[in-house]
Amino acid sequence: MFKWLEKNLPKIVIAPSIGLISWFVYGFILWTFYISFTNSKILPRYELWGVGQYVKLWGSRKWLIAVDNLLIFTVLFLVICIVIGVLLAILLDQKIRAEGFIRTIYLYPMALSFIVTGTAWKWILNPTLGIQKLFIDLGFENFTFDWLVNREMAIYTIVIAGVWQSSGFIMALFLAGLRSIDDEIIKAAKIDGANLFVVYGKIIIPMMRPVFFTSFVILVHISIKSYDLIVALTQGGPGISTTMPALFMTQAAFHKSQVGLSAASAMMMFMAVAAVIIPYLYSELRRENVS
Amino acid sequence: MSASNSLNYKKLEDKSRIKNLFLRYFLYIILGLFAFYFIFPLYVMLVTSFKTMEEIRQGNLLTLPSQLNIDSWLVAWGGRGYGAGDTYLRPFFWNSTKMVVPATIFSTFIGAMTGYVLTKWRFKGDNWVFLFLLFGCFIPYQAILLPMARTLGVLGISNSIFGLIVVHSIYGIPFTTLFFRNYYVSIPNELIKAARIDGAGFFKIFFKILLPISAPIIVVTVIWQFTQIWNDFLFGATFSFGEAAPIQVALNNMVLSSTSVKEYNVDMASAIIAGFPTLIVYVLAGKYFIRGLTSGAVKG
Repeated sequence: MFKWLEKNLPKIVIAPSIGLISWFVYGFILWTFYISFTNSKILPRYELWGVGQYVKLWGSRKWLIAVDNLLIFTVLFLVICIVIGVLLAILLDQKIRAEGFIRTIYLYPMALSFIVTGTAWKWILNPTLGIQKLFIDLGFENFTFDWLVNREMAIYTIVIAGVWQSSGFIMALFLAGLRSIDDEIIKAAKIDGANLFVVYGKIIIPMMRPVFFTSFVILVHISIKSYDLIVALTQGGPGISTTMPALFMTQAAFHKSQVGLSAASAMMMFMAVAAVIIPYLYSELRRENVS
Repeated sequence: MSASNSLNYKKLEDKSRIKNLFLRYFLYIILGLFAFYFIFPLYVMLVTSFKTMEEIRQGNLLTLPSQLNIDSWLVAWGGRGYGAGDTYLRPFFWNSTKMVVPATIFSTFIGAMTGYVLTKWRFKGDNWVFLFLLFGCFIPYQAILLPMARTLGVLGISNSIFGLIVVHSIYGIPFTTLFFRNYYVSIPNELIKAARIDGAGFFKIFFKILLPISAPIIVVTVIWQFTQIWNDFLFGATFSFGEAAPIQVALNNMVLSSTSVKEYNVDMASAIIAGFPTLIVYVLAGKYFIRGLTSGAVKG
């Protein structure tokens, strides 16, 4: 008995973790998946109803706006964060004075919650007293900046705040990547007559492929889950012009008593994340097995 | 001839030095502009929080307050002193504290044990178990929100700090396991083997050998969990309301539900209070966090 216990102790120790994750992650996702095929309203009902909720979802104007916004946000958020991240990492890698201090300034936003970030930017972007007034006071008398209350432009305010919060982290990832490159490679290229732009464009950036990949996964993941930032900045408004899937899901579930529909929207989000994550995990695991 | 040659050479050298100097200045200007972009919101938050509403209407985002007016800070933290509808952050700050400390400790400890087993007591299929747990890092929580709300209700712990501790501890396990697993992988197995030959058992090896050398990854994990849990809004807003809400939910309610006139100075003071603990942790220990996170924890 004691021998058996000793032999199986490691498995016994991790059994609770496996059990909890099986139940609270996989079990719950299966439950949501099942509910998305029922006609649940305020409470879950268990008789199957077919794909009605998915039909309803993709026929809903609000959901289509949410998906549209998600695409706009993801593309801009991804591209701008990576461009700023790469640029700042390269600039900071030029043996800068006070690098630690500058890095701290670039990175601190990631310590703040999206609610705090959203609250701050909501005030900065305030259509009367914010940026607009600042520029008017600086002498640009006809300057207007009303993106926050403009249906067409409000989604871009979320991009502005999101980029501010997350681009420093991407910089840190790239900086770590740059630091792991052997200096000899750069020296050798310089001796061969390559200038700095060629060294970065042709040699170093291509070597950063894994970091690009990691950044891509992290940023897409953040953007699909975006919820807090929208709540704090626009609440999905004006109207429903800045709705996103995560907001759609919680509103359907907890404000509109459309449990079945919200489960269907949650499953769509899950599939979008899985489509990005599973290839990533697969490639990471393979890389690890190779090395 | 040779004199003019050396003169030409010197000219060329000067030119390249001037060009380098110019590039150098250009570099610092760009870095400075970005530093301004990142620091600007914090500056605006700070100066706004010390202004009176009159000063806010008269001036603009950049103008300094005429004097350090701490009224809005007092209101944000302790309220105005009247009964109904007076929301302020103090009780919610303590709610979050009571939530973040146990949840961080539990999830870190579970992650450490799991990471230890997955790397030092390997068994058939352990990599699959790791992958199975790892996937939990990436799921959109919307997919578990509905059943979690019902489960908390059934257990009788919805709308309580205890319920949020449970939720954060569970969904923290995949991250903490990832961190510890990737750290312990790099620790030589010979160390463990030698200890086993000396007769050390499962727990003794963990507490006497691995834990004392785990400081770097404990720092990363604790900062990560602390930041995630303190900054969480989705779980807090979904599973709690009223008095049991964590601080991010309270901040959002305060900012959204202004009764009469919008008080931006109180909003900004509240936002700084809600962001203060994570900011301090980051400023004090961020260096170790970034170092640990980028040296393998995320990249795998």
